[in-house]
Amino acid sequence: MIWDQIWMIIWTLLKIVAIVLPLIIVVAYLTYAERRVIGFMQGRMGPNRVGLFGFKLWGLAQPFADTVKLLLKEIIFPANANKFLFLMAPVITLATAFAAWAVVPFSDGLVLADINAGLVYILAMTSLGVYGVIIAGWASNSKYALLGALRSAAQIVSYEISMGFALVGVLIAAGSLNLTTIVHGQAGGIGHWFFIPLLPLFVIYFISGVAETNRAPFDVAEGESEIVAGFHVEYSGAAFALFFLGEYANMIMISSLAAIMFLGGWYSPFSGDSWIAQPSILWFFMKTGFFLLLYLWFRATFPRYRYDQIMRLGWKVFIPICIVWIMVVAVMKVYHVGPWF
Amino acid sequence: MIEYLLSGEFYQIMLFYVYSAILIGAALAVVTMRNSIYSALFLILCFFSAAALWMLLEAEFLALTLVLVYVGAVMVLFLFVIMMLDIKVKAKSGMSNYTKVGLLVALIMAIEMILLLGKKLVGVLPQDDLVKHAQGHSNVSEVATSLYMKYSLPFELASVVLLVAIIAAVLLTLRRRDDYKIVNPESQVHVKAKDRMRVVKMDAERGNNIGGEE
Repeated sequence: MIWDQIWMIIWTLLKIVAIVLPLIIVVAYLTYAERRVIGFMQGRMGPNRVGLFGFKLWGLAQPFADTVKLLLKEIIFPANANKFLFLMAPVITLATAFAAWAVVPFSDGLVLADINAGLVYILAMTSLGVYGVIIAGWASNSKYALLGALRSAAQIVSYEISMGFALVGVLIAAGSLNLTTIVHGQAGGIGHWFFIPLLPLFVIYFISGVAETNRAPFDVAEGESEIVAGFHVEYSGAAFALFFLGEYANMIMISSLAAIMFLGGWYSPFSGDSWIAQPSILWFFMKTGFFLLLYLWFRATFPRYRYDQIMRLGWKVFIPICIVWIMVVAVMKVYHVGPWF
Repeated sequence: MIEYLLSGEFYQIMLFYVYSAILIGAALAVVTMRNSIYSALFLILCFFSAAALWMLLEAEFLALTLVLVYVGAVMVLFLFVIMMLDIKVKAKSGMSNYTKVGLLVALIMAIEMILLLGKKLVGVLPQDDLVKHAQGHSNVSEVATSLYMKYSLPFELASVVLLVAIIAAVLLTLRRRDDYKIVNPESQVHVKAKDRMRVVKMDAERGNNIGGEE
């Protein structure tokens, strides 16, 4: 009996490693993809030199070179910085970014914890990520860092509301907080996916997600041209790498959630019985990849928002649209409109 | 004995004591820390441990909502305000008069609550059974049923009271300065190039042959 319990703990740990390790590799190659894709969009080559054993391999070894470089660099503590909190901040960012992955279903039944309130859990975990930013900004004992932290706090609290409202629409449509059940509610081809009845909420969710992860064009918390690098201006070496890792893990998280909630998760866009209509984890990866590409595309395309415009967009545009559309969704649900409800 | 130590029940009780101890310790730290940032961070730890206790009661929806609302939003704003204020860390220690009065009030309140609730609760609390629900029991629908069906009127009233409080707070703090500068987004969106910029036509200047090639 005791062996059963020990085996269960080991098995759970193995499953966690099986999620986190590929996630870190994906993060590494996302940074590579970002530099290459943005490079191509701007008529450059991007990093294409670092290869293995004398082969260039289109620069595929670049992420590893970057990782090694970051890990070998010294971690510098600013004068009068609060050392404990200074070191805790990147850990908090990374831990909350990874913890949210516990309830993400990759494929039917392929999920670490299939809990009933999965959607609320993810919202709770992603809302905790802001603490890493705030604590980093305060513990650095630097004006730029503090400014970045305050910007980030205001921005994340504002966009969390519209994001939460967008998810309420999904919740009404699917009738469940369980992510697997939400995906099951979208079975049967592209016409059954929730992005059609929830189109405004879908757009608002993804834009809020971009704002929530502090990515361009909402990256005022970093704002290289105004406040140097914002909340992580004092960080170097491995501590900076953790921030980097957390940010990219959150990007992948938002993308995969968009795929799960609005684009039918692991279901194929085709209906019928042919091989291409089979549900598969590959569909999930493709959809997630599409949203990640959007992230990079945004960064290559849009200039940074002005701060008051960000606040205006969040409070005066997104939230009213969300509230109206939630009522529309509720009416559609009551009258069983279309194939979705 | 060993059977009991390995059982889920014992594990649950141990978790309860661990989280309760963290909760009480963090709550004490909130009021004893001299640095107010630390106080706020310990308050976050308090909310977390309370959420963990609610998890043990199989109220996972409420627990997650506690984290989402209090830790994810309310405490962020608390920290926001504390960081904006320039609070000096006080070097002085020892009990101030406030502390003595506070302790007295706390003692009186504790006695009152024991007198009021002690007798009532003895019969109500389950003696040794942990709360248990069947697998697949939905916390969310249970909360929804009691909130929107059973107590819908008090719920709506409470939300109206909150709305009034929000409007009152905004009105009390809303001050408009005379030199208030604000941009009108509509006029910004509709601005044309010719409103901002004037294109001047002029003849090209004749070069003065700097290169000296000709």
